[in-house]
Formats: sequence, C-alpha cells, structure tokens
Amino acid sequence: MSRLDLDPAVVATARALAARAAEPVIALATAHTTVAVERATLRLAGITGADSAHRAGDVPWVNRVVDTVREHCGLEHGAALPVFHALREHDLGSLTELAEATAAGQIHYTLPTGAARARAAKAARGAIGKGLRAVDRSRAQRAKLVARLGDPPRRPWIYLIVATGDIDEDVVQAANAARAGADVIAVIRSTGQSLLDYVPEGATHIGFAGTYATQENFRIMRAALDEVSAELGRYVRLTNYASGLCMPEIAVLGGLQRLDMMLNDSMYGILFRDINPIRTFVDQRFSRQVHARAGIIINTGEDNYLTTDDAVDAAHTVTVSQLLNERFAHEAGLPDELLGLGHAFEINPDVPDSFRLELAHALLARELFPDAPLKWMPPTKHMTGNVFRGYLLDGLFNLAGVLTGQSILLVGMMTEAVVTPWLSDRDLALDNVRYILNAAGNLSEDFHPAKDGFIVKRGNQVLGEAVDLLERIVSGGLLNAIAGGTFGLMKRPPEGGKGADGVVVKADDYLNPAAEMLETGATA
Amino acid sequence: MTGEDDKTGQDKRYVRPYGDATGDGMVQLSFTLPIPHGPRADGAAQQLANKMGMDPALVVHSHPIGKDFSFYVVYGSVSHIVDLDAVRVVEREYPLLTPAEINATVKKSLRRKLVVVGGCIGTDAHTVGIDAILNIKGFAGEKGLEYYRELRVVNLGAQVGVPDLVKRARAEKADAVLVSQVVTQRDAHVQNTQEMSAAFREAMGEARPMLVVGGPRFDPLMADELGVDRVFGRGTTPGEVASYLVHAISTRTVTKPTTRVTTKKTRSSTTKAGAAR
Repeated sequence: MSRLDLDPAVVATARALAARAAEPVIALATAHTTVAVERATLRLAGITGADSAHRAGDVPWVNRVVDTVREHCGLEHGAALPVFHALREHDLGSLTELAEATAAGQIHYTLPTGAARARAAKAARGAIGKGLRAVDRSRAQRAKLVARLGDPPRRPWIYLIVATGDIDEDVVQAANAARAGADVIAVIRSTGQSLLDYVPEGATHIGFAGTYATQENFRIMRAALDEVSAELGRYVRLTNYASGLCMPEIAVLGGLQRLDMMLNDSMYGILFRDINPIRTFVDQRFSRQVHARAGIIINTGEDNYLTTDDAVDAAHTVTVSQLLNERFAHEAGLPDELLGLGHAFEINPDVPDSFRLELAHALLARELFPDAPLKWMPPTKHMTGNVFRGYLLDGLFNLAGVLTGQSILLVGMMTEAVVTPWLSDRDLALDNVRYILNAAGNLSEDFHPAKDGFIVKRGNQVLGEAVDLLERIVSGGLLNAIAGGTFGLMKRPPEGGKGADGVVVKADDYLNPAAEMLETGATA
Repeated sequence: MTGEDDKTGQDKRYVRPYGDATGDGMVQLSFTLPIPHGPRADGAAQQLANKMGMDPALVVHSHPIGKDFSFYVVYGSVSHIVDLDAVRVVEREYPLLTPAEINATVKKSLRRKLVVVGGCIGTDAHTVGIDAILNIKGFAGEKGLEYYRELRVVNLGAQVGVPDLVKRARAEKADAVLVSQVVTQRDAHVQNTQEMSAAFREAMGEARPMLVVGGPRFDPLMADELGVDRVFGRGTTPGEVASYLVHAISTRTVTKPTTRVTTKKTRSSTTKAGAAR
C-alpha cells in the first residue's frame, strides 16, 4: 500500500515521459561506437596486458590495437573484423602476439570483404563468446556462493568504503570491515581515474585518495573477500566504479572478476567529470548490457546533484535522474533487482523540518521503485568537522534509512570532511548503524505518514515537479537540458567535453559480435 | 595588559582548557591502540594519556575493535598552560571566501566573469591536480572552480604545449592561467614551469595573465624562481585557489608571499565527498 498515496496515473506519466526523453538518446547510443566500446570488445575477445616498452609507460594492448586499427581503416566498421582478419593473414597464434606485432609496426589493418569477412566475423564471435561465457561463469559462481553462504540476514545491506591507495592495504581494511559487519565493500578509485582513457594494469600500490581499478586489483580483492565470506558464513559483495572514459572496459573486467556492484550513472560523467555526453551515453549502454549479463547491481549517482545544488530545491532533479537511469537501464537489459538507484541525506540540518523532508524524499524513491535495491547515501555536504554533531546526523540518516525501507546503506563517517576514515571511525559508524537497526529496524511497519500530512504532501509535490521537468526535457531534448544546466547546475553541450574524439558514427556494415551477443543473450 | 590572574577579561594571557571550572584543565581524548582489549591495554591507554600531560587521566571507556585493536576515551586534566603572547599565527595573505562571496567579489570588481584557463603542461598526463581544482566534482568536499557562477573555466586537459597554452590564454582573454604538474622526474616540473612563464613574458609582457602553478612537488616559496605569481602545494583545495584569484584580481596587485604561508588547513582529503561513492 502506498504510504505517500501517489497517484498511479502520475507515476505512469512520469515513466512515459522518461521513456520519451530517453528515446532519442538511445538512438544516438546505438548509432555510434567509441574507442572504449571497441577496446571492451577486444578485452572480451581475450586481449590482456600492456605494452611496457612504450615511452609513455604501460599502454594496454587494447589501446595500441584499437588506436592502430582506427589509424589504418577507421573504427566505423568495428575493430573486430580488421583485428581477426589480421590475426589470420599474419598467421599469429594469439591476440597478444598480434598486439605485439602491432606495436612493432608489422601489422597493416584492413577491412576484410566477402569470404574473408565471414571468416573474420566467425573467429571474432568465437573468441568473444568465450569471454562472455567467462562472465556467465562468474555470475553462476556468485549464485552458487550466495546459495551456500547466504545473503546478509536483513536489509539494508551495510556498504562500507575502503580507500588506501594500496591494494594490499585495502585487502586488510576490507577484511576487517567485513568482520565488523559490512555486507558490501567498495574500493574507491584514485582521484581522476575516470579521466584516463585507458585502464591501468596490474596490482597497484600508489593512488590519490583511492586505489586504481585494474583487473588484477579486482581479482585480488574478490579473492580476499571470498576468503572472508567463507569465514563469516555470508557472501560479502564487492563494488567498484564503471564510470568515466573506460566505462565499458571496466564493466567487462568487473564481469570477468565477479564484482557484484558497480557505480554506473547515466549522466554523472557528463555533469561532474565533463566527459562528452555522446561518449557517455554510448559507453553507458554497452557497459550496462555487460552488467546485465554479469548480474551486477548498478549504483547510480543522484547523490551528487544534492551536493552541488540545494537538496530541497533540487529534490525533483534526483527523481528525474532516477527515472532516466531506470529507463536507460531497462533498455540495456537490466531488471529492477539490479537497479541500485541512488539518493542521499543532504538537506541542510538547519532547515526547519529537514528530517521530515528527508523522509518524504526517501519514501518517494522507495515507492516509485519498489523492486529496486535503492542505495541510500549519508550526509557529506553538511558534515563540518564537528564530529559529535556529525555522529548524530549519521544516526538520523540511519533512522531515515530504516524507516523508509532503503536497501543498501552507505555507512556515514563522523570524520567525513576531516580525514579518510580511521579504524575507530568505521567501528563507531557501524555501532551507530547496529544500534539503529536493532532499536528501530522494524519501525518501518509502524510508519504511516498522515494522509494529507507534511510528508505525503511533500512527496507528491516533488513528484509533480519531476513530471513538470520531464515535460520540459521531452520538449527541449535531454541533451539540451544537460547543456542548459538542468542537473547539478552543470552546463554540458553535446559537442563538448573529454573523450569526444573517441566517438565514431557506425557505418552500415559495422560489426561487433559482443554487442550482438549482449543484445540477444547468445552464448556462442 | 593584565596578568595571569585576570579571570574575566578577554585580555587574559595564560589559559588552560575549561571543563566546568576555571583552571581545571579538562580535556577529552579518544584513540585506538593496536593491542587486544583488556586491563593491560587500559593501563597502556592511561600511561599514554599521562605522557601527554593528562594527570589525573581517567579511562572512562574502552572496547575492543576486532581481535587486535582497542578503542579508548580518556578524560583528564592537562598540566600545560598556554601563553597567548607566545601564540604566533601566520595568516594567509588573502581571506578564505565562500563560493557566494567569491562570485559577489568578481561581479563587483570585474563586472564580468573571471576567465581561468587551466591544463597540464609537458609530458605529464596526470590531470588529477588540475581536475581536482577545476572540475565541479572538486576535492576534499569542496566544489571545483567550474562550480563558481562568476568564473569561466577553460580546462585544456593534459599534455598541453606551452605555445598552445599561451595562444589559448590570449584568445580566451584569460585573467589567470592555472597549471598543474603531478608526475615529474629530475625537476622537470621546475623547467616546464620556467619555460611557461618565460613564454608568457615574451608573448604578452605586462599584460600577461596571472600565472598559478600547483602540484605535490612544488614548494610554495618558489614563485619568484619559477616566474609565476603563486605556487600551491599538496592538499590545496579549490576554495583556496578561488579565494586567491579574486583577492589578486580585485586588489590588482600581484601578491607574493614573503614568508612561508602556512595555509591553516583544518581539513585533509576525504573519502566520500572527494569522489563518487
């Protein structure tokens, strides 16, 4: 039963408008490919490793190959055909050998035609199918482990961040956090990784306020958490970030290394990292198709709007973004149970009735997306360094989370904005969560805001404002809305931003077996 | 100047912390020790507090954190006395302003947007520094310069050639040019910066924009040597840079720190606010 008494007709209108707003963007996403999509495809086909002899430092082989293919015959036909044609033409044993030969300048890529094209397409499909089956196996393995060890005993799942910069240190912190009660561990990335147009290689030990996302780091952390999961008798999930210029590749690596959740927002990179909008939407669609295949829960980043814009005035932009994220995700094949739509407790605590407003907003998200594992994010903007007040604020955040039935709770730290969390900060924060869950975990069943009361009115008001904004977006176009500063106050024109030169219009004969197999669910 | 006996005036000279009585010296302290919880660990906590000058020190609470760590809350009286006359504060030569104040100052003093052109020069592909300052996402819980309504930010990204930087700065009529250098070898960051400042002097003379460089390897005292107006070191936040820019622009004199500027940092990097979560 709806606690906000939302009008089903208005909710349906909101969804229909979101679908219409998304439609031209989806058309754009399917009409283009990007260097990152092609690299992700080759990663599925089995290219790993990096060219360590390059003067710019380690350059991943996929970058060398895709850049060279683009130079020789363009990417508008996809990288798969020229690559697998060259593999056969030069009679090389593996894609790694091909990459090495490419770096040595021995390969001239051409687009095969006729029988050669059919042969290359078949070989590409075979290799990529193998990669996708590895992703499928990871998914099956997760299901097996969850069945054996079990999910967390209650909702919300407790989500904790580690961020030391050194994967070995992260492993220690993550294991301790899991033992202390964390159900989900997120390894935050090094600042600025989202703007690297390549995925770093290997185990890394130096990062800026976070640890680089690499395939090897993913593997190390997942293996460590598997050990802790067995020790604790519950499956501890792992989160990383499929955002930025390498969204599709990181999605593939996450799928291969059995990550369980990935940050993946439809507009975050555009708005907050100034990444080209078209690049983002193309990359996002492919990466979400990979997540759908891998059974990875996406986490969207609506919390960010509230840290830049006013959390009360801009509340409806969160709802709009959630609806758009939902639409884009559904279109890419993600079911509701994999949609970790985000929102946050960021209203200025000095605003009268701030807690009631938070409850209204949180409840609105809950009621609009009843089957989505919503991610509830703690205060950051109004954490001042007064750790005592911060601890209370986090307590109320936790209470709002349980009252409104949130699914994933990112644990707030009283030392937010002071230091990266200390061992004791995490311990105290978890104690806060445990106390609230224990004392009020089931209060949700008694929580029925008064009909026509403040909370109900506010929830409906925000939904109404979201519908109005969606109408404007539909009439003016989503790309124009983004260009005009609708979300998070950022203005991002479609032709601007980083990574724009990595976007390519697909030719009629574009071929990407990975994209096809992700659309159809084929395994071979 | 009244002496240490003054208990009421603002001009007292010697002070001690205040719990619930003047001169009681009471403070609270919390910390973690890397040893298992127990009577011995409580004793260790007490000893630490004593060594820190708390006497008597009361361990009012302790609990284990896992098998190997334990947490303590200690209350006690410190023996130390602060002599206010001996307090030396090195002030930043510009006030730290909020984004709203910065926007208002620009509006008032320039009556147009303040134009900032930024990038990484040389072979440095690490835009971490410049992006932390310019991107709206920002750093340490502060929004980047893009967030400021009255600033127009042009981020040229990585590996920008010095001639391109000069050309672009001129074309955009830049008020300030921000350059970051993160990864450097054999003082490449110093040479790159000197090359850049020389190019601006040659091309634009006195009409050159303000030049600001930043990076973890820079010493804030090097501005003269580098030929730039200001150098920011590790941990600089967007708000500090923005505050400096409006200060320097609105006073129309290029301010150089004469002594080492200890920016009164109360915050260091933060986990969630600084990155996606």
